[in-house]
Amino acid sequence: MDVVLLSRLQFAFTIMFHYIFPPLTIGLGLILAYLETRFFFTKKPIFSIASQFWTRIFVLNFAIGVASGIVMEFQFGTNWATYSRFVGDVFGSALAAEGIFAFFLESGFLAVVAFGRHRVRAGLYLFSVYMVALGSVFSSIWIVVANSWQQTPAGHHIVDVLRPTTMADGSSGVLPWVVDGVVQRRAEIVDFMGMVFNPSTVYRLTHVLLGCAAVGAFFVLSISAYYILTNKHREFAKHSFNGAVIFGLVAALGLAANGHSQAQNVYAYQPAKLAAFEGHFETGRGDLNLIGWPNAEQERIDFAINIPGGLSFMVFDDLSFSKTVVGLDRFHVEDRPPLVIPFFSWRIMVGLGGLMIVVCSLGLWFSIKKTLAEKKWLLWTFVFGIGFVILANQSGWIAAEVGRQPWTVHPPVEWNAEGTDLITAADGRYQYDESLGLRTKDSVSAAVSTTEAKSSLVLFSILYLALLAVWIMVLDRKIRTGPKLEDGTDAHGPGGIQQATSDRQHARLNDDSIVKGGA
Amino acid sequence: MNPELLSITWFILLNVLLIGYAILDGFDLGVGILHPFVARSDNERRLVMNSIGPLWDGNEVWLVTFGGALFAMFPDAYASIFSAFYLPFVLLLFALIFRAVSLEFRSKKVSAVWRTFWDILFFIGSTLAALLFGVAIGALMQGLELSERGDYLGTFWDMISGFSLAVGFFTVSLLAMHGAIYLYLKTEGPLQQRLLGWMKGTFYVYVSLFILVTAWSTFFIPASLQHFSSYPVLWVVPLLNVLAIANIPRAIQQERPFYAFISSCCTIAALVFLFSAAIFPDLVPAVNNAAHSITIFNGASSPLTLKIGLVIVAIGMPLVLSYTVLIYWTFRGKVQLDEHSY
Repeated sequence: MDVVLLSRLQFAFTIMFHYIFPPLTIGLGLILAYLETRFFFTKKPIFSIASQFWTRIFVLNFAIGVASGIVMEFQFGTNWATYSRFVGDVFGSALAAEGIFAFFLESGFLAVVAFGRHRVRAGLYLFSVYMVALGSVFSSIWIVVANSWQQTPAGHHIVDVLRPTTMADGSSGVLPWVVDGVVQRRAEIVDFMGMVFNPSTVYRLTHVLLGCAAVGAFFVLSISAYYILTNKHREFAKHSFNGAVIFGLVAALGLAANGHSQAQNVYAYQPAKLAAFEGHFETGRGDLNLIGWPNAEQERIDFAINIPGGLSFMVFDDLSFSKTVVGLDRFHVEDRPPLVIPFFSWRIMVGLGGLMIVVCSLGLWFSIKKTLAEKKWLLWTFVFGIGFVILANQSGWIAAEVGRQPWTVHPPVEWNAEGTDLITAADGRYQYDESLGLRTKDSVSAAVSTTEAKSSLVLFSILYLALLAVWIMVLDRKIRTGPKLEDGTDAHGPGGIQQATSDRQHARLNDDSIVKGGA
Repeated sequence: MNPELLSITWFILLNVLLIGYAILDGFDLGVGILHPFVARSDNERRLVMNSIGPLWDGNEVWLVTFGGALFAMFPDAYASIFSAFYLPFVLLLFALIFRAVSLEFRSKKVSAVWRTFWDILFFIGSTLAALLFGVAIGALMQGLELSERGDYLGTFWDMISGFSLAVGFFTVSLLAMHGAIYLYLKTEGPLQQRLLGWMKGTFYVYVSLFILVTAWSTFFIPASLQHFSSYPVLWVVPLLNVLAIANIPRAIQQERPFYAFISSCCTIAALVFLFSAAIFPDLVPAVNNAAHSITIFNGASSPLTLKIGLVIVAIGMPLVLSYTVLIYWTFRGKVQLDEHSY
């Protein structure tokens, strides 16, 4: 294996591990903000108890998120030095902004949230919870800005690197810097807001945040479904479930709607990527392949079941199901993304997204009908659902990142005036302007040897797998312990949640079916 | 502002970030280095860990922001340094991960084996991080072999020299002393009494290594004093540094530990300054060919980006400082354990 492949594997592995945690943090952060707000205005202990329970889990996730996040920042330099030199002016600025605007906010106020409940006044505590939630959202904004810029670069120009040089006649001047016969070039910001709001930022950010909300909702649903099934912390579980199932449904519906417009955005700026997602080889009417096996050599989908013209509808909202969609045949083989991974990860994401809508609707329906506790199969689906929602988030990113290959910085594509096809060269294929992008294979560090890249990949794998095991173990203990009252007794016991929320219970005397069914 | 002035401004700002990191996370790492030695019971170990409990995470952000700013403002230096120090930085990441997770996991189970395991990892993580920071600084002061494009030509073993190791151990001793003073401020009773000895002990180790490293760099690292002859005013810094160092035992003797802490903050700031002065205007000095060095001028981003960065700093830094003060104020005083502690 060469350094490029090893570095890609390492980046993929470390970012996938890291990305388990930020969505949990962002999703739970929003839930904490909601619970603390309710507590602040109602003073009902159930909100404080619930919030403290989720805070403990939030802090655990946050710590691993921070620890694995620094790895990502270092890795651009350690493994992708050539890339870093090329994009640092633009991409680095987004990362620096993330540090100053997001991380300090998040980590500073997290201290108050985690350790300071008894040290600060209620108002400052609530403010701190808001700031932590805001900080985690800020962080996602800057990261998605940086990533989107690589996919649909804007607000920059790519110029020769200039160096003071002594000319042959002895005079000195500033000339393009040539190393080994190659003029060195790099991207520089010309319009900061244009870079921040590049064509895909808003779509992708919305999708990422909705994905995080779904993770937060399903995380809460998983634990509350488990409590309902085992008949523990009933009141807490019921309220958490009801709130989270609505939150989850809204997020899942939002993801579907936003995903649709995002796919159209991908087609406009990265048509090869959408063609890889869909396994669309031949330019022409787009059939929507529901499932099948992409065969890159024969340029077809084996065993395909498809909706004729479905892709045309998806890309253009075309009710005639016939408009021409640019396929992989418009691209040189070396400019095409790999097929199998984007094809399947895209399907996994979309399919799981659909299932999220289904299970949340069912959960909400049975919860309203007060027969939820009888539906053990549905509750068990929710217990394990969180794994699949995390998988959906991961698959979405895999599709996005493998689908944009072979580029780290995607060069622009040019459409004809009607926007129906790419402006191709004489051979019918699109010719990217190489000088406006950067290929993945040209992005790695020259200073890193295969042995070094191999050792670090092995070490990261061992460390992260061990961390994952310990995290699940500690999380499991926390979930089994469950929410506790401030005096340390079980919220479920005498004088616990039930008594504390007697008002609520009186108002809902008929609302006992969940508990009975779960017993 | 002209491009040169912008580059210099950013060089100063990077120093501010590095000093902020070294002082703040410095005592976190120091606490980790001392952890297994100064704390005898489980309760004491928890006290030691919780003395930095709410703070270490925010302190580490100074490093993240330093990295981000280096990437954005001096991408060539960021790329060359991080790829040159490939294995040391991977180990550094591991060390920081060990530190973070051992704090988080240690108290989650009531089991002696479990807790001892995380205690050891906490110590290893903190010590290794301090050592590697020092080694990297020592290796940079000596300079690296760079290609014309700035890619490191040597191997991992080339940067492990007597000098870089000496700077590494020097850094460990410095942060151990800094951490001991911090812990003394945050604790009480027998634990605090024990720390009195550790403050003095680490101080003597630090002073010995300070003399060694100072002599070594003065005589064998020609860069270290290169600007002092043209700008004699720079001598103020080492002079103040010596005064700060001398004030540490004095303040401890007078039972004014806060002054000792301020002095140790000053000595850290002075040392970062001296390091930067030694390599200025280089960020990565090339030993094989001075023309290959990456300087703050040839390695900088475009003037517009440097200016945008200044705007970001102007908006962000006052906010950062205000909530840093708020957090330190909230968690002032002696550390106590409650149900929210680690």
